Amino acid sequence: MQFANMQATTYNDKVVRQFAIMTVVWGVVGVIIAAQLTWPELNFGISWLSYGRLRPLHTNAVIFAFGGCGLFAAAYYVVQRTCNVRLINDKVAAFTFWGWQLVIVLAAISLPLGLTQSKEYAELIWPIDVLIAVVWVAFAFVFFGTVGIRKVRHIYVANWFFGAFIIAVALLHIVNNIQLPTGLLHSYSAYAGVQDAMVQWWYGHNAVGFFLTAGFLGMMYYFIPKQAERPVYSYRLSIVHFWALIFTYMWAGPHHLHYTALPDWTQSVGMVFSLILLAPSWGGMINGIMTLSGAWHKLRDDPILRFLIVSLSFYGMSTFEGPMMSIKTVNALSHYTDWTVGHVHSGALGWVGLVTMGSMYYLIPRLFGQKRMYSVKAIEIHFWTATIGIVIYIAAMWIAGVMQGLMWRAINADGTLTYTFVESVKATFPFYALRLLGGVLYLSGMVIMLWNTIKTVSMGRSVEVQIPTLAPAH
Amino acid sequence: MDILYLLIPLSVALVFFILAGLWWAIDRGQFEDIEAEGDRILRDD
Repeated sequence: MQFANMQATTYNDKVVRQFAIMTVVWGVVGVIIAAQLTWPELNFGISWLSYGRLRPLHTNAVIFAFGGCGLFAAAYYVVQRTCNVRLINDKVAAFTFWGWQLVIVLAAISLPLGLTQSKEYAELIWPIDVLIAVVWVAFAFVFFGTVGIRKVRHIYVANWFFGAFIIAVALLHIVNNIQLPTGLLHSYSAYAGVQDAMVQWWYGHNAVGFFLTAGFLGMMYYFIPKQAERPVYSYRLSIVHFWALIFTYMWAGPHHLHYTALPDWTQSVGMVFSLILLAPSWGGMINGIMTLSGAWHKLRDDPILRFLIVSLSFYGMSTFEGPMMSIKTVNALSHYTDWTVGHVHSGALGWVGLVTMGSMYYLIPRLFGQKRMYSVKAIEIHFWTATIGIVIYIAAMWIAGVMQGLMWRAINADGTLTYTFVESVKATFPFYALRLLGGVLYLSGMVIMLWNTIKTVSMGRSVEVQIPTLAPAH
Repeated sequence: MDILYLLIPLSVALVFFILAGLWWAIDRGQFEDIEAEGDRILRDD
């Protein structure tokens, strides 16, 4: 087959620019609910602002708006640069941008209204789920189509990660959202009780694995070598990392359902697979960090590289913590406490957040014909506010979580509980205040990034980048 | 746990799909001269 864009001489960076800008815009959302946990009065008695409605809005905004836009931007940029060809179709690419923004806007309207299908990270009601599926198929067409018309024989490892992310998310989204609609705004899940819980966490944990891990690993394998100006430490290891990760990921989900109605052996399977995951995760983490081997001095004066490398340290930390928490004995202490919340945020703020910010700081100036961001000093300040914010946040949640776990299980000599639940809530108050402080610091870093982005974009202009002609095949 | 009759076959099918992908990649020589590929992205712009 022939496609017009096979002969194009420039890259399609318009859609990358759009997604990159929206990544920064959507990043500036999310701290208010942390304040509500400390001072519940902050919902002002308005149902739209109640914690139960803002919480899914928060998770959807962070994962699908901020993370999603970052992944679209990175996948479209990387696939063009590594395949030496323009995106296969400009109109379909534009559709994925506008379609995805529509999904985000609909989420921002429907969730505060209380419209939900009550599945964590899959709260959106069925008409929006259908729209997501359509946009996702279009994304798959643009991505795989572009790989299909590539001018370079080898498919760079980052594209494998992006490809696995796109296919897995499509599968997970469709299976978990099989619903029987009873009207435009309401539906029933096709599964009931513990069956539904199993499907939900099969989806939920694999969304962590393929959306929040594989996709961002694709980012990591391109932007770290580019920013460090060194090839990845071991390309061979990156290939092993990819196949090992995708072969072993799918069955970690049951660790979300320890000590529930789920059969015991299924829980154990989930635990074993979670433990196995430590190996590929750390292989990838070490590979990324060791890319700087022999050039460690670059970390001293390059804040972008610092963002990327520290993101990998958080990736290493949370991929150690995760398998450990999946061990049933540890889980008996940690589950339902704020330790889990701390774990998620060390992954989300530390790994996903920092790697995306670092990649956007690399991308944005290039997309607007600039050598660097308007202010490198501001990137530096952003790095420190973000990192200190994360550390305060997760340390507070670790302490709060272990404290809650110990209080809930404490038993008097006569067999009665030592503490009432509300006593554990009261004891958590100072840690909620600390978490808010961490969140505010992280958010202020994001506001600095938005300012820096606006300055950079207004100084520059959209540029058409020529596709370099390749030397004849070797 | 009827749901496992859906999820386990789905995972098995997926493993075969991933194996097919791996086989395709090896067959097409994607992994020959592998360390050179890491350098190439640094020279493309």
